[in-house]
Amino acid sequence: MNRTVLLWLAIGWVGFMILPWYVIEDGFWGLQWLWDGYPFDSDYGPAWAHWLEGDKAWLAPVPLFLGLPLLTRGLLKSDANYSKILIFSGLGGLGYMVAQGFTVGISGWESTIFEALFGPTEIRQYGLGYGAMLVAAAFLFFLTQGIAARGAINGDVFVVSSIGFIIAIVGAFIFFPVLQILVSALQDNNGAYSLGVFFTKLSDRKIWGLDCLFTTVDCGAAWNSLFLAIIVGASTTALGLVFALVATRSGFKYRKVLRALTILPIITPPFVIGLSIILLFGLSGVVTQFFAEVFGVQATRWVYGLPGIWIAQMLAYTPIAFLVMIGVVEGISPSMEEAAQTLRADRWKTFTTVSLPLMRPGLANAFLIGFIESMADFGNPLVLGGNFDVLSTEIFFAIVGAQNDQGMAAVLAFVLLCFTLSAFYAQRRWLGRKSYTTVTGKGDSGTHALLPNRLRWPVYTVAFSWTGFTIVVYCMILFGGFVKTWGLDHTFTLQHYITAFSVTWGSEGLQWTGSAWNSFWTTISIATISAPLTAAVGLLTAYILVRQTFAGKDLFEFGTMLSFAIPGTVIGVSYILAFNVPPIELTGTGAILVLCFVFRNMPVGVRAGVAAMSQLDKSLDEASLTLGANSWYTCRKVVLPLLRPAIIAALVYSFVRAMTAISAVIFLVSAEYDMATSYIIGRVENNDYGLAIAYCTVLIFVMLASVLVFQGLVGERKIGRREPEKTDAPAQEQAA
Amino acid sequence: MKFAKLLMTTAIGTVAVLGFGIGTAAAKGKVNLYCSAQEDWCQLMAKGFEKESGITVNMTRRSSGETFAKIKAEAKNPKGDVWWGGTGDPHLQAAEEGLSTPYASPNQANLQGWAVAQSDSAGGNTIGIYSGALGYGYNEDVLKKNNLPVPACWKDLLKPEYKGHVQMANPNSSGTAYTTLATMVQLFGEDAGFEFMKGLHKNINQYTKSGSAPIKAAARGENTIGIVFIHDAVKQAVKGFPIKSVAPCEGTGYEIGSMSLIKGARNLDEAKKFYDWALQADTQSRALEVSAFQVPSNKSAEVSPKAPKLESIKLIKYDFVKYGSSAERKRLLKKWDDEVKSLPK
Repeated sequence: MNRTVLLWLAIGWVGFMILPWYVIEDGFWGLQWLWDGYPFDSDYGPAWAHWLEGDKAWLAPVPLFLGLPLLTRGLLKSDANYSKILIFSGLGGLGYMVAQGFTVGISGWESTIFEALFGPTEIRQYGLGYGAMLVAAAFLFFLTQGIAARGAINGDVFVVSSIGFIIAIVGAFIFFPVLQILVSALQDNNGAYSLGVFFTKLSDRKIWGLDCLFTTVDCGAAWNSLFLAIIVGASTTALGLVFALVATRSGFKYRKVLRALTILPIITPPFVIGLSIILLFGLSGVVTQFFAEVFGVQATRWVYGLPGIWIAQMLAYTPIAFLVMIGVVEGISPSMEEAAQTLRADRWKTFTTVSLPLMRPGLANAFLIGFIESMADFGNPLVLGGNFDVLSTEIFFAIVGAQNDQGMAAVLAFVLLCFTLSAFYAQRRWLGRKSYTTVTGKGDSGTHALLPNRLRWPVYTVAFSWTGFTIVVYCMILFGGFVKTWGLDHTFTLQHYITAFSVTWGSEGLQWTGSAWNSFWTTISIATISAPLTAAVGLLTAYILVRQTFAGKDLFEFGTMLSFAIPGTVIGVSYILAFNVPPIELTGTGAILVLCFVFRNMPVGVRAGVAAMSQLDKSLDEASLTLGANSWYTCRKVVLPLLRPAIIAALVYSFVRAMTAISAVIFLVSAEYDMATSYIIGRVENNDYGLAIAYCTVLIFVMLASVLVFQGLVGERKIGRREPEKTDAPAQEQAA
Repeated sequence: MKFAKLLMTTAIGTVAVLGFGIGTAAAKGKVNLYCSAQEDWCQLMAKGFEKESGITVNMTRRSSGETFAKIKAEAKNPKGDVWWGGTGDPHLQAAEEGLSTPYASPNQANLQGWAVAQSDSAGGNTIGIYSGALGYGYNEDVLKKNNLPVPACWKDLLKPEYKGHVQMANPNSSGTAYTTLATMVQLFGEDAGFEFMKGLHKNINQYTKSGSAPIKAAARGENTIGIVFIHDAVKQAVKGFPIKSVAPCEGTGYEIGSMSLIKGARNLDEAKKFYDWALQADTQSRALEVSAFQVPSNKSAEVSPKAPKLESIKLIKYDFVKYGSSAERKRLLKKWDDEVKSLPK
């Protein structure tokens, strides 16, 4: 019998026989269930005990499906029955578990149909626990193993199970919740379904109005969002490219420092950038007042609206564009550029006809991320938006505002989704079917050409002025944490830090007395757990997307991008709607936060991975496969080491986002699992910026440290390139 | 790699600590408190009750709109027990949608008339815990700098010299701004009330999203006049910002901060204990510790000398039942969108 099948069989039976089938209210890892009546207590029992006690007869078919794979003993993989048995067991088992999970809920029958058929019932079931999880995983594996045995994707078990795994989790944690809320777009106030309601809401002037072109009436949120997202996407991509060029193709001495400074704003906690922009450019801001005085004009509220959001979003999203670009710019093979120069192209021509076109995957992916981030951004428009309404804030207030209209939120989310998916589609068209492969297995030890002169000075100017601006903004933030009331009373104080992070040494040892410690530790652990998971899921998906072809791949890619394109508010509410009731009951746990972050941020891992991987020649994988390695081994030993920049991008991004995300988190935090951002929002709402900033400053240092740790852990990608201008001075001396 | 080990150790350590935290819940029971007041007031309530009763309080703070959305989404399997604080409308909405459950506290006898009226209007599903009058605040320095007269009435705000100097929240997103709209309708009558809103629209420089944002902007000199609850303006002044608050001469509406028991609460007994405790005079007097200048609902609770006196403010007879109902709210908001927001400035 196949050893992996045996392994999964064992896992499945452990789930059925040993672990508690249902979720445990006080937490599994407290392990209290072990000596609290296990296995016959009805709250803690494994599936067989529930079944024996007769209170949950519906679990009986599960072991039947779980036993089926034993029949494959002695069968060869190529045997038609082998795959049939596995597929039947996997599909049947999974299907049964899902159907059963949705039939009986926390208060009896979930559907009125069953109630009518069998009458009201006393039986209850709670959320599925670890036992059910293992069993479901085993079924999933049997299914994919069976499909692979039928010859799908050359019978590659690793690839087929990866695809199956990703489809399953994306289905459970993206499609399932999001559908729950999108459906409400079709519901009227009484919950009845009608298409009319959808179209009335969709054609609202608040969404599509174009009055601002001709009058002083504000434009619709959809146009505002679209325009903002396009300019933010374009400008962050351009800035990201500029910094990537400075970092890789300039003789500039301190480019490492510059590089570190560039990614600083990625770790910007919400609202704080907005406030420092107000203090600089607002009506009473330093810069505005200065210009008003010098030129003798009336100071205006110019920053509120498009300009303010644009500046803030550029600050926030240039780093991620840079992280995507740098991998691509570094990866371009110098030999191609050298070939162009040998053919007498000058540096400018080489850059425009060789280097730049090869950067297209980077440009396209960076633009896409900037575009989507801008669309979904919530904090900056809230602080700086003025009368410039955008979809993300409209969605938030459709749900929590006085109008209290979840249907409207769903319609707006639908519009937003259409925009982001169109951008996604446009990006694919632009990249086309061209090849961007530049990292091959062949000897490739050239050096990158320096920037052409006519490009160098503009690039330097932009890079340095933007860096200067970033430094000013950050210094202001730092300053704000050490004064009594930022913008009013600038006497030095440490009070904010003491309130938030004080530690006392009392009779009971170390006491974390500061008010921020609780949310601080939760945030760090949630971020630490979710970052590697995000990177793993993201890169695995990228590998499948770039390297494998299978039916429905486009749909698959679309599905993985979906969660990113959906605004956080919608994700937050849909997660409560979907995961507050069985079969998957997660609200109030830390797990729901981790899952939310993993699936929100996974697309960045996917994008960074796709951009980097489309540069790697497939012959590298093939060489490894030819030498007898399987695809898992190839992935680990050949592809992953070449993807280090993408891994870092995904890790850093997801870690940081777990610390700075707002709109989804507001709904998912609980008393036990409170996050830094919800603490910060509470203070900002109270106009208590000092405390908020003190917290942010600490977070910034934690994030900086974590970026360094990630870089140290993952290491740099080593592509065989010769060092520029290495002098062989000692050798010459010896010769002399 | 030392960093890596350190990181791992911290991560595992924290997870372990968190795990332990769950295992050692106090024996006297617990209560899940959803709090919609300002952060420090929520902390005070949670810690105060925990200390007096020995019941563990799991407090989560969200704005009243967020809390309502959360309770509604959780309706099938409620995770909260009691909802304390936040403006009355969402509480009334929760009562209307059957998300809360009625309770008559023995402490009800000591409450102000408006607090009991709030409870009666919702069939006992919610109760008033504090109240605050609507008005506006202005930044003295900015006003002087622009040579503007000091406003005293609602109608003053319509004067053309205030163009670009007034800020209020968008009633679609903010309960404060909806109270403003409903107040004008009740104060001047529906037609004249909407005429007022149209005139005001010409002077508005921004409709903010959040209710208290206009006065915060005024505090930082980013705006001149902000229409908010008076106690919010007083709070900025107490912090040291050059803000003066105004109770408009024509009279004004008010909000009733409320408390509700969530239907299907798992810790109903503890929740009721909290409910009774929150209505006590000495509990409500403690609001002053966190400079919350709302008027408490218990007759014997202490009122700050800095707090706006409800007796000296001309209050209208605000019809919470009518203007708190979702049908009337939807109608007024739609009318405001169509007739006011869509006007050129």
